This record gives sequence, structure tokens and C-alpha cells, in this order.
Amino acid sequence: MTSACSSTRPGCGSACTCPTPATAEPVDAERRGFLAGSAAVAVTTLAGGAMLTLWPESSEAAGADPKKRWGLLIDVSKCADGCTACVDACSTENGWAKPTSQTDPQWIRKVTLRNPTTGVTKSAPVMCQHCDNPPCVDVCPTTASFKRADGIVLVDKHRCIGCRYCMMACPYKARSFVHAPLEDQKPHAPRGLGTVEACTLCTHRVDRGRAPACVEACASAGRAMLFGDVADPASEIAEAIAARPTTRIRGDLGFDPGVRYAEL
Amino acid sequence: MARRSSLLTVLLVLVTLVGGALVGAATGIALETSVAHPAVPKALGAPCVAEPAVMRRAHPDMLKHGRDVVLRAGDRSSPVGLTGCIGCHAVKDETGTAVSVSSPRHFCRSCHDYAAVKIDCFECHASRPEPGKGAALDGGPAAFVGLADPHAVADLAAFAATRRPEETAR
Repeated sequence: MTSACSSTRPGCGSACTCPTPATAEPVDAERRGFLAGSAAVAVTTLAGGAMLTLWPESSEAAGADPKKRWGLLIDVSKCADGCTACVDACSTENGWAKPTSQTDPQWIRKVTLRNPTTGVTKSAPVMCQHCDNPPCVDVCPTTASFKRADGIVLVDKHRCIGCRYCMMACPYKARSFVHAPLEDQKPHAPRGLGTVEACTLCTHRVDRGRAPACVEACASAGRAMLFGDVADPASEIAEAIAARPTTRIRGDLGFDPGVRYAEL
Repeated sequence: MARRSSLLTVLLVLVTLVGGALVGAATGIALETSVAHPAVPKALGAPCVAEPAVMRRAHPDMLKHGRDVVLRAGDRSSPVGLTGCIGCHAVKDETGTAVSVSSPRHFCRSCHDYAAVKIDCFECHASRPEPGKGAALDGGPAAFVGLADPHAVADLAAFAATRRPEETAR
């Protein structure tokens, strides 16, 4: 077994446990013939395309740009108490049903704050805050929780084992667990039983130069949300943050969230 | 007496032979039909990502490669992906709606049932196109428009080749 592992297979470390049983010899002989055929086809296709790089060259930078830091600025003074345009848009865009119980997935929610001394109430949307030092990523035992190069924090459901450590670690209650089997999910927002999920900042839209669904919906509702690259000082969001006092929920924890609130 | 016994022997031999043949034939039929060959829905148009022989062998690696590139690296420059596969390989039922993976007629399931390989893709991914979107099999070759990018095809084929050096070497 160990001798089979020390083959030329790349990335095959010493702890490798490649199953190559000696008893599979007769099958192997057949497979080799078949594989030789498919390899020939693969090489032919390659020669036709005459491209060896993994992805076609394009004018757009491929992949998440590490120079960017996507963020949100929410002007709470413009966020009406009864308005749920952002929540509705997220639900429609990403295919999660309106929660009927506390265990139902909830990517974004409207939270009402009340100052007990003065009686002042404020309403604001709370979703994944896309922290720069995300505690969910720290605790994840399988590296399913990760931060993209451009600051968007995501769950890789291919790796998620559903342990829910990240849900415990998140001070914003931003993550949900899928308890029931799902069907007919949105193609751009895969979600399934036994995995944790949260706001993706609509990566599928952001990667194509569009704003997240909540921001787009808010633009025709209260115009309270602003989306952009906070690392670029010339961007609208960076200028807005520089021009007025903003705050971050539980900023004292040092997670450096990417979502900021004004007039909170 | 002697004649009668020899006649009986001949009869016995005949019965044994015919019976044995019948049993053999019956067993043969049973072996052939116990696992039915998959009725894989025929694809229309030209092969879009790679030749069927390559696809049969390398599609798991291509999909795994694509998922890391898209999700973790955020690179959506490839025009091919699972959503595209699902869109063109959708199988419609009698009512004209695409069947989900819960149906044995589903494109992926038809073969995976036969091969006894369990796939987890559809625990999270939609197993059929959104209503009104994607091209079902009767959508014709137009279904492939936008997918047959020669660069992406070559890259995927090259990737598939690098992933299996032990096989290409033989």
C-alpha cells in the first residue's frame, strides 16, 4: 500500500492512504486501454486550443481583488421602521424562505433598537458584517469558513461539516444552519441540509460589477444603504465614511467589520 | 426389460439436457437483466466542454476544480460550470417540466445509479434549471451558445490531463 503511494502523483504526501489494492489488476488492465483513449482525446483537444494557462486571459482581473475591501454603509436615519425591502430582496435573490421559527435560515434581519432611558427607537438591517478578523474563520475546523481576498466572508459548503462552531463564535448571530432538505435552490446560491450559511454580500453579483440585492432594493426604498470598496479613498462609500461619524456594531471586539452604520 | 430400462435412461438423459439448458438460459437472462443498463439521455449538438470520453472520465475533477476557482478565488471567468451542465442536460418529463434528481431519469442519476456512485452535488445545488431558464434537451443546439469557448475547453481538458498523470503516462 505504501509503495503505491510513493508514486509520481503530485500532492501525495507521506500520510497518503491511496487505495491501490493489488487485487484490482484484471480491472486495471481494462481501464488502461480505455484511459489511453481518453488521454489521446484530451491531448488532441489541447492542441486544438493551443492554450496552457488555466483560464483564458481577459481584460478583467480574474478572481477576487486583494486590493479591494467590499463594505457597506447603512444610514440608520433613513431606514424606516416597517420597511423590509432589503430583507425581501435578499430572500428572493438567494432563495431562502421567510423564517417561521427561530431555527429557520435568516441571512439578513431588521433589528429594532430602543434606548430605555429616552425611549428613542431605531431600526437597522443586520447581516454578516464581513469582518477583517472574522471569528467564524478562526474557529472553523475544516477551513470551510473563509475570507476572500476582497474581504467577503463565506462558507464553503463543500467543506462545511455542520458543526456550527462559527454560529457560536459570531457575535452578530449572522449565520444560520439548514435543518431540512432543500430542492430547487437558486443556481447562484447553493444551500443545503447540514451546512451553515450567511450573507454572501451577493458575490455572484459583485463579481459581475453589480451591487448586492439588498442595496439595489434599498436604492428604490429608503436609500439608506451604500455599497462599495472601502479601501479605495476615491470611492463613494470611502468618502461618505470620511465625511461623517460612523460606527460598527461591537467594534470593541476588534473584528474590524466591513459593515458600518451612520446615525446609530 | 432391458429395452425398457435403456429407453428410460435415454429419456432421463434428454430430460436432464433440456432442463439444464432451460435453467441455464433462465440464469443467463436473470444475470443480464438484474442491473439494467442506464438509459442515458442523448445530448444534442456538438460536445461543448470536451469529447464524451473525456467528460465521462474527468467531469468530477473539472467540477471540483471549478468550484474552488469560483467560490474560494472568486474567479468567474470560465463560461462552463455545473449550472451550464444542468441547463443543457435537463430531462423533461411527460408534462414538459425538467425532472429533478429525485427521478431516476435525471441525467446525472441515470448513470450514477448504474455505477453505484453517490453524488452530493444536489444536496446544495439545484438539480434542474430554474423554470423558464436553461435549455432542456429539446432546446436544440442553441443550448450550447455561449458555452463553447475554445480557451475554456482547452484549459479544462489540460487541467483534466494534469490531474491524472498516472493514467496519461500509461
